Order: sequence, then structure tokens, then C-alpha cells
Amino acid sequence: MSDAAVLRPELRDPIGRRRLGWAIAAGVLLWPLLRLSEFHPATLFDPANLHVMASFVAGFLPPSTEHEFLGFLLTATLQTLAMATAGMALAFLVALPLAVAATRSLSIAAVGPARGRWRGQGVRQVVRLVMVLLRSVPEVVWALMFARALGLGPAAGVLALAITYGGMLAKVYAEILESADARPARALLAAGSGRLGALCFGLLPLAAQELVSYTVYRWECAVRAAVVMGFVGAGGLGQLLDQSLKMLSGGEVSSIALVFLALVFLADAISLALRKVLA
Amino acid sequence: MKARLRRVAGVACVVAVLVAVAASFAYLAVDFRGLFTAEGLHAMLRFVVEFFPPDVSPAFVRQAGVAMLQTLAVSVLGTLVAMAAGALLALPAAGRLGATAKWGARFALNFLRSMPELVWAALMVLAAGLGPFAGTLALALHTTGVLGRLFAESLENAAPAPEVALRELGAGPVARFVYGTLPQVAPQCVGYTLYRWEMNIRMATIMGVVGAGGLGQMLYFHVSLFQQAQVATVLAAMIVLVVASDVASGRARRAIGAESH
Repeated sequence: MSDAAVLRPELRDPIGRRRLGWAIAAGVLLWPLLRLSEFHPATLFDPANLHVMASFVAGFLPPSTEHEFLGFLLTATLQTLAMATAGMALAFLVALPLAVAATRSLSIAAVGPARGRWRGQGVRQVVRLVMVLLRSVPEVVWALMFARALGLGPAAGVLALAITYGGMLAKVYAEILESADARPARALLAAGSGRLGALCFGLLPLAAQELVSYTVYRWECAVRAAVVMGFVGAGGLGQLLDQSLKMLSGGEVSSIALVFLALVFLADAISLALRKVLA
Repeated sequence: MKARLRRVAGVACVVAVLVAVAASFAYLAVDFRGLFTAEGLHAMLRFVVEFFPPDVSPAFVRQAGVAMLQTLAVSVLGTLVAMAAGALLALPAAGRLGATAKWGARFALNFLRSMPELVWAALMVLAAGLGPFAGTLALALHTTGVLGRLFAESLENAAPAPEVALRELGAGPVARFVYGTLPQVAPQCVGYTLYRWEMNIRMATIMGVVGAGGLGQMLYFHVSLFQQAQVATVLAAMIVLVVASDVASGRARRAIGAESH
């Protein structure tokens, strides 16, 4: 069938040659990537690795239900949730002024001739740069450095979340505010209202729902991030998991993983309910 | 009446959120005042000043460059593997192969997705040994869960008419899918993949913290030794990588016309 298809001109792929060229180029590009990332699937089946993994996975069942460990697990879970919530609250405080400053719809100079047009644009550019800097360093890196500077513990995680998520929230808030219809805000500005008034009465009514649902979604992500930051010493579930992994204690790892799954589903459910009520 | 009920629910939500925030700060008992005392500010300042000047000796810059390329390779390969695996799992998850396969695939995708990359990485370091291969696998596992779900949603949302028309013309199941549905979902799927790749670069930079190679491993090493000049160079490399990939991926997404955040 394939021979016949290739030979019959009406069935030949009209851009077949170009596709073949791209495929070869992709292969050529892929090769150094495979080398650089030391892509050796065979190591997975290396007897020594298999043995370690098999005995570790065999330990998963049953999940550990030791009394003392469950106590640790509960505190770690609460700590993780608290870290995510506190971090989100600080991030919100960081993001709000940045987003408002970066929103073009609130530019007074855009409405008509006004002084300070260049100053306004300059401020917006600087704010955008700050936002990029805040979010381009991953939260785990911030957590790692804060943990070194402030000592191990949830404070490092909260600050790290505040910085990275502050930058991220600010960027998305600004995008949401700018995608809303700018005319009500412009009308308010033209009628002499201040920026804050134009924001509250011109933009927020249009954008509030999307802002809320994005914030709730981010909180969900923050819960996950809070777990991960434990790996670098910021406390909570991640730190517990790191310890259990290092001790190759499969039962504890599977208990933590179960709590983790439950937490993710819980965050999902809470965020769905919040979005429904606030919609 | 209904409006009033909604207002009450809204106020209750706001109060609940405020209480949750207050309770969180109280539970953590973090003393942020320490940050703002003269002593705390001084310590922070000293911490920041130690980063300068960054280590720009040719040998170290070359080392950081190699780590940067390694991180890039890990993110690209992890995303590609995840794209393939996600597409394979998306077919049953979209309900094309029966109800049992659908629930099985959905459960698998949810499970893969709900374990964060770093947890997968810690596990993969056990399975595949220290090094970037473990990072690639970890990224691939988590991203498969994410992309598989998104692909399945696109497949479900695709218009059925082209497939029906092809079936009535006598086309087989593969041809129906490839010519009827795939062209509808391909741009969106590529857009999702690019977006995930952007996020995976970030993840790949920190994967090394648990021993999975790349910039993260360098960072962890030098942070642990308090070598701030080297840390500054690695951080700069991270920022360059992340910003460059943001720009590249944004361009690519605009080029194929799949805009999303």
C-alpha cells in the first residue's frame, strides 16, 4: 500500500520533502541533547539500581501508620498549608501595587494631554522589569538561599513564595486588567477621577471574577510549591519526605504520598467551591 | 432572596479567607520583625553584598555554560518524552477506547500529575542514579500527567463532524483520527507543550537540588559551601535561561497562533 501511494502522484504528500527535511533536522538537533542529558534508559534496568528500587517499592505497602510518625505527618501537613496560605497573602500584597502600576488602562496620559507622560511610561517599564526579576528565579532557589540566610524553617518558604508568586501574580493581574474593556476606566479618568477610583469603579467590576479565580488557582499551586520547598529545608511535608527518602523507608514515603494526593484533591475541591461562590 | 444569599456566601468566603491567613501566620509563628530590625537588615545587606562580584573566571563560566546546556537538554527531552507519552495516554483518557480504559488512563494521569517534579526527581535518583537522566525522567513523568489531561480535553472538545464524514466515506479508524481530529487539536496541543516547556525549564533548573544534574546541582553545591560569588554566576545563568526561553516560547506560540497563559 505504501509503495503504491508513493508512486501515485495524486496521493503523494505535497510538502513531503519539507517534512522529511524537518524530521532530519530535528534528529540532528536531538542527538546532542541526548548526549548532554546522559539519556541512558539502560541504567533503569541495571541490576544494582533495580535491586535498590525493588526493595524500596516493596516497602511502600503497607503505608506507615506508626503513632509517632502520624503525629509528625499531621504537623507537617498543617505547616505546609500554613506556609502556602501565608506566602500567598504576602504575595498578594506584593503583587497588587505592582500590577496597578503596570496597567496601561490606568494611564492618565493615555486619555489626553497630560504632564508626566514619559515619567509614567518609565515607571511602568521599571515595574515590569521588577516583575520579571521577581519571578525568573524559581521559588526553590529563593527558599534555598533564605534557608541559609535566615536559618532553616518555614519563614524561608513563606518569603520565597511571597517573592516569586508576587512577581507572577503581578504579571497576570496586569494582563487580566489590561484585557478588560478599558473604556469605563478611561471615561472615569477623563472625568477627572484618580487612578484608584478608576481602578475600583472602572476596571475591577469587569475583571474581579477572573482575578479571584486566578488567585485561587495560584494558591493551589502554592500548596504544591510549599511541599517542594521542604526539600531545601523549609519545613513541612517536603522536609519529612526528604528524610524518609534518605532513610529509604518506603512505608513512610507512601504515607506521605497519600497525604500529598489528599492535599492536592482537597486544594482542588476548595478552589472549585471558592470559585463557584465568588463567581 | 437569591442575591442576598449569594452576598452572604461571598462575605462568608472573604471572612474565611482572612481567618485562614491569620491562622497561618499564627501557626507558623514566624517573627518577621527580625527582618526589619537594624541587625536583620544589616545581615541581609551583607548577604546580598557577598554576591558581588560574581565569579567570571573563564573556567567557571564554561562550567556554568555546560550546566546551562544540560538543563536545557533535560527540559527539552523531558517535555518531548512527555508529549509522546501524554498523547498516547490522552487517547484512552478521552474515551476513545472504552470506559474502562478511560478511567484507568485518567487515574494514571492524575497520579502522575499530583506528584510534583521534585518528588519524582528524588525517586528517580534512586531508580536511575544521580545525574541529568533522573531529572529528565522526573520531568517527563509529571509533564505526561499534565499534558495528557490537556490533550484529552482538546480531543473531547474537537468537533466530531469531520470524523463522521470520513467514516461515512469508508475511512479506517486511524485515517479518521489522523485526518479528521488531529488537524483540529494539533495547534492547541503544540501550544500547551510549548507552555509546559517554558515551565519545565524553570523546573529543570532546580531539579539538581536533589542531585539530578544541571544548574540546580551547581547551585546547591556552591550554596552549601557559602561560595556566594559562584552562586551569583549560577543565578545569573538561571535568569538568562529563563528569560530567553520565555521570549523564545512566546514567539513560537504567537507564530503558530495558539495564545494562552
